[in-house]
Order: sequence, then structure tokens, then C-alpha cells
Amino acid sequence: MIKIREYVKVKDLEEAYQLNQKKSSCVLGGMIWLKMGSRNVGTAIDLSGLGLDSIEEDQEEFRIGAMVTLRELETHNGLEQYTQGAMKESLRHIVGVQFRNCATVGGSIFGRFGFSDVLTMFLAMDSYVELYKGGILPLEEFARMKRDRDILVRVIVKKRPAAMAYISQRNSSTDFPVLACGVSLFHDGEARVTAGACPYKAVRVEDENGYLKDFLKKSPKEREKAAADFGKYAKEHVRTGSNMRASAEYRSHLVMVLVKRALLQAGGGKNGN
Amino acid sequence: MEIKFWLNGRKVQTEIKADTLLLDLLREKGCYSVKRGCETANCGLCTVLVEEKPVLSCSTLAARVQEKHVVTLEGLQDKAEEFGRFLAGEGAEQCGFCNPGFIMNIFAMEKELSDPTEEEINEYLAGNLCRCSGFIGQTRSILKYLEYKKTQKEKGEGE
Amino acid sequence: MKYVNKAVPKKDAMALVTGKPVYTDDIAPKDCLIVKVLRSPYAHALIEEIRTEAAMKVPGIACILTYKDVPQQRFTLAGQTYPEFSPYDRLILDQRVRFVGDGAAIVAGETEEAVDKALKLIKVKYKVLPAILDFHEAKDNEILIHPEDNWEARMPVGADNKRNLCAQKEESLGDVDAVLKNCKYVVDETYHTKANQQAMMETFRAYTYLDYFGRLNVVASTQVPFHVRRILGRALGIGASKVRVIKPRIGGGFGAKQTAVVEMYPAIVTMKTGKPAKILYSRYESQICSSPRHEMEVRVRLGADEKGVLKAIDIHTLSNTGAYGEHGPTTVGLSGHKPLGLYRNTEAYRFTYEVVYTNRMSAGAYRGYGATQGIFALESAVDELAHKMGMDPVVFREKNLTREGDKFIGYDGSPVVTSSTLDKCLARAKEMIGWDEKYPCRDMGNGKVRAVGAAIAMQGSSIAKVDVGGASIKLGEDGSYTLGLGATDMGTGCDTILSQMAADVLETDFDNIVVFGVDTDISPYDSGSYASATTYITGIAVADACEQLREKIKKLGAEMMGTDIEKVEFDGKRVYMLEGEGEVFLEAIAAKGTSGNNTSLQASATRSSQISPPPFMAGAVEIEIDKETGSLEILDYAAVVDCGTPINPNLARVQTEGGLVQGIGMALYEDIQYNEKGQMRNNSFMQYKIPARTDVKNIRVEFIPSYEKSHPFGAKSIGEMVINTPCVTIANAVYNGIGVRIREMPITPEKIAMALAERSEQNE
Repeated sequence: MIKIREYVKVKDLEEAYQLNQKKSSCVLGGMIWLKMGSRNVGTAIDLSGLGLDSIEEDQEEFRIGAMVTLRELETHNGLEQYTQGAMKESLRHIVGVQFRNCATVGGSIFGRFGFSDVLTMFLAMDSYVELYKGGILPLEEFARMKRDRDILVRVIVKKRPAAMAYISQRNSSTDFPVLACGVSLFHDGEARVTAGACPYKAVRVEDENGYLKDFLKKSPKEREKAAADFGKYAKEHVRTGSNMRASAEYRSHLVMVLVKRALLQAGGGKNGN
Repeated sequence: MEIKFWLNGRKVQTEIKADTLLLDLLREKGCYSVKRGCETANCGLCTVLVEEKPVLSCSTLAARVQEKHVVTLEGLQDKAEEFGRFLAGEGAEQCGFCNPGFIMNIFAMEKELSDPTEEEINEYLAGNLCRCSGFIGQTRSILKYLEYKKTQKEKGEGE
Repeated sequence: MKYVNKAVPKKDAMALVTGKPVYTDDIAPKDCLIVKVLRSPYAHALIEEIRTEAAMKVPGIACILTYKDVPQQRFTLAGQTYPEFSPYDRLILDQRVRFVGDGAAIVAGETEEAVDKALKLIKVKYKVLPAILDFHEAKDNEILIHPEDNWEARMPVGADNKRNLCAQKEESLGDVDAVLKNCKYVVDETYHTKANQQAMMETFRAYTYLDYFGRLNVVASTQVPFHVRRILGRALGIGASKVRVIKPRIGGGFGAKQTAVVEMYPAIVTMKTGKPAKILYSRYESQICSSPRHEMEVRVRLGADEKGVLKAIDIHTLSNTGAYGEHGPTTVGLSGHKPLGLYRNTEAYRFTYEVVYTNRMSAGAYRGYGATQGIFALESAVDELAHKMGMDPVVFREKNLTREGDKFIGYDGSPVVTSSTLDKCLARAKEMIGWDEKYPCRDMGNGKVRAVGAAIAMQGSSIAKVDVGGASIKLGEDGSYTLGLGATDMGTGCDTILSQMAADVLETDFDNIVVFGVDTDISPYDSGSYASATTYITGIAVADACEQLREKIKKLGAEMMGTDIEKVEFDGKRVYMLEGEGEVFLEAIAAKGTSGNNTSLQASATRSSQISPPPFMAGAVEIEIDKETGSLEILDYAAVVDCGTPINPNLARVQTEGGLVQGIGMALYEDIQYNEKGQMRNNSFMQYKIPARTDVKNIRVEFIPSYEKSHPFGAKSIGEMVINTPCVTIANAVYNGIGVRIREMPITPEKIAMALAERSEQNE
């Protein structure tokens, strides 16, 4: 069980930042993961009072406050439309509604957990994080960074038109994924594919050979081939490991299958799940 | 530290520790319907409503309900009986230990979804585990209850 | 009959659905000391030194106990009839720790915080010993789990602590090898099931206090109050008469609470301190140091002739009892006797088994109790045999299954099949699933294949010649009845169904029956709720007690009318003269019972049975397999059950649905894993996934009741049998769909996908 000495609901981000410079301090997200640990927290920093619990949407982007819950993400109309349901698909398996009413976007992204559906989904989009001191940087860069003592303020998703899909494989319906895959086929020709729960932290699968270039313009047959080829490519290039849920070997097999399926589903094929 | 909040409609002012969990505070205040079934936010037994939303009281710091409205099954006894008759009518209450959290989430679902399908019901309640009933009887009772509520509502509108 | 076979709501339903404080922790005194256990980080070690001085200094700590502070007489925690079949191999705390999670010290304090702090300050020096983690290596290993001299097996179960044997036996009929040799078709395969957790929603818990007589009162979430009383009396060295056990409402048991997992901890604290004490196991503790299913490996050899007659069955079971022997010698028996009872043409059989100690968590009782493991093995092998001979496996079963009136071969609970509709159950399950159209499979053309699988199952109804059901019934002065029970309602509804039976025998309103259970000081003795016993054996006792009370009511009524008992009858409302006029109402008799009366208006009955008549069922499943990912979806599950008369059809249905879903969890996801250090890795509900409601749909249950004449209402059991079909129906369906035979639970997508991938590589 976590122990907390002091709880502070901060008045502004500067206060949060200052308090968080101590190693024993900790910013509270939804408390789900934090509570399970056995940390001794000196100061628990609550960002609840800073208005970071809303999703702002305009022509350009979504600005998602760190305290927005996963349930709010899941039920947000704008995100639902922009992602063609992929956002919802990435979230609806996570334990239950009550759980998702607690867990926050900030906590999920900041945690950079290996099993994270949220990170896998956001990495597949044109996403950025806004840090209090570090400013705005691409999510992919943030995902690679070591944890530091900055404050995650928002996650920003650019509304770059894209066809999207999210697929996960689970041993049971509310379990962590054995493997997860997100795809954005941007209308400008770029394809972004992510693989998560490998069981390592989600990664982008770079299309170095250009299999997926202008995927949306391909004929159905060409798409089938490109998706299958890229699935095989992904299998070779995504590092997988074994844990209680599955072996590395099976995960590599799934990388191939899910990447192919997610591409076809996003591209309008029917072979998704 | 001291917090003030509304518990089942009544204002409560109480001393808590920084790491007191809402679940423990609620049981301390006599709300024994709130149960702990796990330590990993997986079972849903501790579900209560905070500002009308279902949350896991095992994962909510008591400090965070400052000035908020918290509702447990103790505050919804009439509704619990009303739905409970349908659950008991199927024999699906079984050991009863998961019932309060499960029933709280049904009330939350009623507010959030109108006329849900069986699949939507299952998805909304997926975070409420039950080891006795196999869920099937629970679902039967929910469908019958929702149908009854619908008829009640239509009757009310007809009058 | 008015209430039997009616879907009466449970008597305690409204308290449960409105969340009333009726469970152990809800009613525990607020001043209980909090009790926790310091646990061994090693699978096998000796405590060389244990220092508690610093921990004792934590403010609020009341006592810290180590192996030096406990009685040295060994006992078992198994809730079984005395003398227990399980060996006496436990102490409350032992110098030798035998699995990761075994107790090393008990800490009690005023607050949880203080106790947690003290636990961290206890310094233990362990001498780490080599451990046995693989149950194949246990027998005759030089590492001994129980080398101690005062280890004792009271019953002749073939136990030998110097060989790590908790039990072993061989039994046979005819020459199985010779018959197998002459069979045209033979299979010989081995099947493996793991140590699943019951995962009832309410974890293990109990509180204790001393009453004004200085007796130890124990309020516990238990299925076996009378056994807990005896166990604690021995474990504490105070004798059972000094112990009283009370059972409040229980949040599920499934056999887990047929072992006294936690009661001894607060009990010894209360005895040492004189203060009330309480222990609540966390889910973590309930996962890692409790009483799960016995891991078993069952080798089955079957032989059939060219006509498809199943002639020989040879079963060998290796069972892993873990660090202690609770239920070890008994669960294993069901892995042979129950599956053997399913078939009637057996000319020769052999059933051999070994139960071994290992350095894993001690196993216990879990719904199905060995039958689940054995039926998975045998019913898989039956399918394999039928496939070998090119016969539809359901047709093969139709030819060979036991029918009412048959002699039982190899089943130890009854010489003949006293009641059964198994043949009809199978026919109906076949029809419900659409077997003839769907067997074996259909390729859906989208990378998915749909397939069907079927199996049959049975259990017993109480342990023949052992289990005791008890009931008392008394007429109150207002004309109401109070039914006293020693059987334990754990959510299953036995308080209700036993009241239904009582109401019918007494011809009174269901609401006129007050039911009470369990308090070992007050309730009639009952073995407890396990072994599928309550509806059957306690039901017999209830009917008997109520019949006796009817006689007493008649007697007093006759006296009041100045006539003889032979000349009156009782219709539930009044005692009346058979000839001529004259009647006296129950209310008047009841009032008379409290005034100037010499006729007792109470009765009690104790009953056990010479036979354990099995309930039967057939299960059939349709699944869809994604051939690329290996995902398996259950599209439809048809279960047809013969539990005799369903006393309460709703509760029987929910028992069946619940058992099926628990079985589906065992079949598909509940995958106990240990690491190389002997730590159980599935130590939470995050890592041990039980089915959620999104995992199940289309479970259809029907009943085709036989009438069991040895029960006053024709009833048999239901609770355990219903978990026995999912593992095997699904495994059989997987084979029918893709030709892959999975012989180890659970059936994960990985096992399916990798088997298919391997096969396609071989084909390339």
C-alpha cells in the first residue's frame, strides 16, 4: 500500500512544479497504479483544481488535459469521429467503467507503461505532450525520455485527417492486451503503425521500405499485399518478450497478424476484429 | 487533515489522513455496503457514486471528495429494493458480496445509457465481477428491471 | 407440494441486495486487534533466528508470536469428518517454512499501520533449503517436506512422510492390461490441470473473542463451523468444548472455506492476549497462501472393441497437494471414481494414484474436488478414442454411458444407478447445440472455423456413510416454526431450500419458517456444506425432523381433544378427528405448548446415507476459432442437468450457470504460474483473470429431472458437478475444429495459434 504524508491540491502549475522537485513528491493521476505500489510519498500533488479535466477541440487539434479520465476520452464525440471509433476501441477493454472514471490520461501517458493501450493509441496519432517546463514535444520523443520531475499538462492531438484502426488481442476481455496495434493512414500519404504490450512500451513501426506509402490510394489487392508484407516486416522489426500472458514467439506472430489486420481495417478492408 | 463532503445527502465533516482511501472512510462512517474485493482495482465491489459518476472507492483518495457528493447503497435503499426484487427473483443475488457495487453501477448505467442493449449492459458493467452467478441471471434481472422501468415511465407519461 | 420445485426468492435476499452489514467484517467489534502474518519469502527454509524486539516496541503492538509460542501437537486444517483423511502435518507456526507465503510470525496490534510497521521490523534469519517445485520430482526425493517425527496420518491412505507421499493407492477390477491388449482401439494419453483459485469475492476472514465463560468465540466466513471448532480445539490445545463457532453470511466459498485457512491466527492471539482479534486476508494472500484446486496429471488408457464398446479404463493420477496435505488423500479419489461411474460396459478397470508433497502452496477443496480434473482427462480420452475409430464421440457415449438401473462399475458411492436421465440429457444437449448439423466443424470462410464439442459429467450427493446432515425444528408459541441448521449457506441458498422442504412437510407457509444457522453451541451437528451434501443429506434430516414434529403436534392436539394420536390427523393448520367432529388449530396447540405442557414441540434429526447418488449432466459447446490469432469465442453452451427434483429451480439454474462460467474460466484463462523461486505469480485479480460478464454469453441450461427415491423429495446435488464440463467440452470442440488436441489447461489463444502455425510450417 502506498503511504502519503501530505496531500496538496495545488493552486497553479508553478506550485505543482516546485513541490514535485523533491524526490519523495508525486503527482497524482487517477491513483489506480500509484495505489498499488508501496511507495512512501512525501507530498502528493493533486492537479484537480487546475481545469485540466477538459478536452478542448478546435479546427486544428484536441487539447486533452492531464486530468481528463479515460472514460471521458472514450465517450468524447469529437475524438470518436476523428478516430473513427479507434479511440473508443483502445479504451473499452480496460477493466470497467468505474476504473476508467478514475484513471487519467496524464497518469496513463506519464506512466509510459508497457501494457498501455492508451500510449499505443496516442502514438499512432499525430500526438504531442505539453510539459510545464519542457514545452510541447512529440509524444514519441516523450515516450522515449526517462521520467523526470516536470509536470505533464496536456496531450495534444493534431487533427491530421487519417483513416484509423485499433486492434488488440487479449486472453480475456478485460485483461491487459497480449498485443495491441494502432494504425493511422494519413490522407497526406504517411502511414503510422504502432505496436504495444510487446510486452515492452509501445513503439512505432517505421516503414523504412515504403510498403505503406499512399496506402489509401492502392487497389484492394495491393493493400492486401502491402499489409501482409508490412505485417511480416513488423514481425521482424518489433522486439517482443515473454511474460505471464504470452511468449515472445506468439507475440511476434501476433505483431504480424494484427498489423496486417489493422492496416486493412483502417484502409477499408474487412478483415479486422 | 479535515474534509467536508456530502455523504448520501448529509454533510459530513471529518478528520482524515492524507492517504485515507474513500473506501475505508465510508466503512468507518457506517456505509458497510462498500466492500473490498481486491487491491488492484479489478473487482468493482467498492463502486460508489462521486458527483453521480461511478468510481472505485478503493482507488480514490478521501481527500479528493472535498466538497463533493458521495452516494453509497445506504443512500439508495428504496431503489436497491426495487432492483433487488428483480435480482432476487432470478436467484442471482447469491452470496450478495458483490451486489452493492454492482447495483450502484446499474444505477449509474441507468443515468448514462438509455435503452441499452444486452451487449451495452455487459460492457458497462464489465468491471463488476461476480464469482457465484456466472452473470447470466444478473443480466436477466437487469433486462426485466429496465423493461419494468420503461413501462413505469410510459405509464407516468400517459397519465 | 407447495414450495418444493418453486422458484422462491431467498430468505436473506433483501438484506443482501440492499447491502446490509451481514458479513464477518461488517459485524466485527471495532476494538479488535488487527492480526497479520509475516510470510516466508522462500519455498523451503528453516528459521534459524527470529528477532521481534524492535517490532514489539512499535506503539500499539499487542503480541508477536513465533514458532516458539505455539502448541506442538500437529493437526490438519481440512474441514473433514473426524478422524480426518488428511494427515496431521501442521502447526500454527513451524520452524520449517514450506512454501513462499508460509507463516513465519503472527503480529497483532491496535491498528493496521502499527502491524504493518512491526511486520517490517521482525528480523528472520533463514537457512534456505533446496525445494521441490515440480511435482513429478517429489516422490522419494532426498529433500523431505515433512521429515518431522510427530507427522501423523490417522487413516490408512498410503501416506509416508519419508517419501513425500500424502497418499497412494491402487484398486482394480479384472485384468485391465489383458483386456486392453485385446481391444482393437486403444488410447493412452496424459492430461494436466492446474491449481485454480476459487476466487470467491469475500476473501478469508474471521474474528475471535472470549465470552463471559472464558470460551473462545469464533465468527468466521467458513463452510465448516463444526470442523473449525474441532480443529481449533486441537490446534490450540484447549479442546473443542472451549470453542464456539458462528457463521454469519458468507461471500462465497466454492470449497475454499472448507479449509480453516485463517481462523487459527486470531484465535491464538485472543487466547494469548484475552482481547478480540480479527484477520482479513487481502486478495494477495487469498491468491498466494490459501487452499486452491489440486494440480493433477491424469494418465488415461482406454480400450474399445470394433463395435465401439468401451471395455477397459485405466486411470493413474498424480496429484500435487503442495506443502500440506489438506484434502490431498480425498480429492484424488474423485479423479477416478467419478469418471469411472459414467460408463457401464467396463469389463476391467484400474485406478492408481499418488499424492505428493511439494514446496508449493497447500491445495484444498475446490468445487468438483478432483472429479473436475478426472472428468477432463477421461472425457478427453473418450473423444480421442472415438476419433481413432472414426465414430462420432456423442454416439460413442450414447452406446456406453450408464443408465438408471445399471450396476456402477468403479464408482464408490453406490452399487447401482438409483436415478438417472443422463441418456436424455445428452440427447437434449445434442439437440440444443445442433450437433448433427454442426459436428465436427464448419469453416466460415473468413479465417474462422466453428466447431462443437460435448461431454458428460457426474458428481456425488454427500459422502456415503460419512457425511452427517442435521436439523432441528421447533414450534413457537405463535404457531411459527424455527428451523435450526448446521449446514452453511454460503450464498447458495440452502437456508431457503431447506425451509422450502420444511414448509412442505409441515404443510405451512414458507414465511412461517424461521431459519437459523450456524452457531455450534445451538445448531444441530452437521458436517457442513461441502461434498455436494446439503440439499441431499441435510434435506433428508430436515424432512425427518419435520415428520417427527408433526407427530408431536398430533399428539398434543389429540391430548387437547381428549383422544388418541391414532384418531387424529394434522393438515398443517389444525389437528382434527378422523372420525366425528373435533379440531384444534395449530395456534392453540402452539400456545398450549408453552403452558402446562409436558410434550416437547421440538424435534431433531441426524441423517447420513449409505449411498451417494450422483447427479448427471451433459454439456455441449459451440466455439469459433480465429485461425490466425488463436482467439476462441464461445458462441453457445448447452447444459442439461439431472439433479433429481430441483428444489428451487432458480437457484439450481444459477448454480449451473455460475459453475459453467467458473469452469470456462478454468478452461480458458485461469493460468496459475510459479516462477523458479516458487513464487506464485498470479497474485492478484489483475494477474489472475476470472471471467467478466463480457466473456460469457449464450449459456443455456435445462433440467431433465430423475427422481431419487432415497430423498424425501427426489432430489440430488448440483453445486459441484456443474463445473465439470467446460474444460473438456471446449477441448473437444477445439479438436473438432482444427484437429489440435490440447491436454493442458487452460486453452489459451497462444496454444491454439502456435499449434496451427507449427502445423502449417510442417505442411509447407
